[in-house]
Amino acid sequence: MGDSQYSFSLTTFSPSGKLVQIEHALTAVGSGQTSLGLKASNGVVIATEKKLLSILVDEASVQKIQHLTPNIGTVYSGMGPDFRVLVRKSRKQAEQYLRLYKEPIPVTQLVRETATVMQEFTQSGGVRPFGVSLLVAGYDDKGPQLYQVDPSGSYFSWKASAMGKNVSNAKTFLEKRYTEDMELDDAIHTAILTLKEGFEGEISSKNIEIGKIGADKVFRVLTPAEIDDYLAEVE
Amino acid sequence: MQIFEYNGSAVVAMVGKNCFAIASDRRLGVQLQTIATDFQRISKIHDHLFIGLSGLATDVQTLYQRLVFRHKLYQLREERDMKPETFASLVSAILYEKRFGPYLCQPVIAGLGDDNKPFICTMDSIGAKELAKDFVVSGTASESLYGACEAMFKPDMEAEELFETISQALLSSVDRDCLSGWGGHVYVVTPNEIKEKILKGRMD
Repeated sequence: MGDSQYSFSLTTFSPSGKLVQIEHALTAVGSGQTSLGLKASNGVVIATEKKLLSILVDEASVQKIQHLTPNIGTVYSGMGPDFRVLVRKSRKQAEQYLRLYKEPIPVTQLVRETATVMQEFTQSGGVRPFGVSLLVAGYDDKGPQLYQVDPSGSYFSWKASAMGKNVSNAKTFLEKRYTEDMELDDAIHTAILTLKEGFEGEISSKNIEIGKIGADKVFRVLTPAEIDDYLAEVE
Repeated sequence: MQIFEYNGSAVVAMVGKNCFAIASDRRLGVQLQTIATDFQRISKIHDHLFIGLSGLATDVQTLYQRLVFRHKLYQLREERDMKPETFASLVSAILYEKRFGPYLCQPVIAGLGDDNKPFICTMDSIGAKELAKDFVVSGTASESLYGACEAMFKPDMEAEELFETISQALLSSVDRDCLSGWGGHVYVVTPNEIKEKILKGRMD
């Protein structure tokens, strides 16, 4: 960490005005497993493929969708270990806010703080940007919200979005299928259909993960049994 | 010499029907000498949130500046005003940060929360919150204020009656305390307006 050859920022500008490392980070995201999110009128759903390395992996131990607070959940596309670090930092920031104000952190504030962390890693010496894009789903006083946070630290609020390998097909499908007054269950069906679009192989409750939050403001990851029910309804 | 009694102060807040009142004395002294008779102890944080600070005057001013700073940043970041309960938690945290070298003030916080429900609380100089449903007091005249408020307070008073009650409680209490007085400064806050009045009592 003291070697002067490495104590410069990897994200120095290229002559074309781009930060090449961030572009590469986005490529890492783009080759990750597909994940997507939809904002319904009364909740938000996020979902992801859960392709495991081999059939010997214990799929119950892998959880890609994580809670940040009781009413905010997140999923990623890209590098799993980088995601774990961000989840840890975001959870700490949410708890610090709660400790200071005795009020749960609004979704926008948590997204902004997480994005700030990601931006710091694009402007410091000796570090590299995070190789993940996050989809953050939450429900607070302002209603249901869905945000995407990129490795550069920019964040966007979406009605529906997708990331990862199958992003362009998924987004086209969502553009056609999405309606503003969708209810949460419809949104879950649409999410499953969107994942099915580019899915290699048979979709089942063992190789996708779905998280949802409704007006009860409690974020939950669906159990495989619940996913099976939704899959049956979609058929 | 007691440091909390160096400048002299009296602050009281009372809950009414969808309104609250917060009042303070106006004397600033250096022990027995009176220096000013128009000292501001109560300050507005936003239209539905006021804080009154009793105790050492320099800390009253500095703490107020720090709190306004924090609230302004909060307003810019979150695009909304702070709720009174949230603000009270913030004040408590800021006071506790200085646990071993505290601000020598006792805040009285009064505000209208969600649905215009009045909220009052006080805390000691290291942030121990005390919520109350009727009234809170602080300052050198606090013992007299407790007695006067207990005797005069009625629940669910309208703004006019609340103003009369808090003014009488304040003036009668500071008359028994040589370090506070020289008039009173009362704010009565309803969901739609803020009424500010200066009281003339025994000018000594």
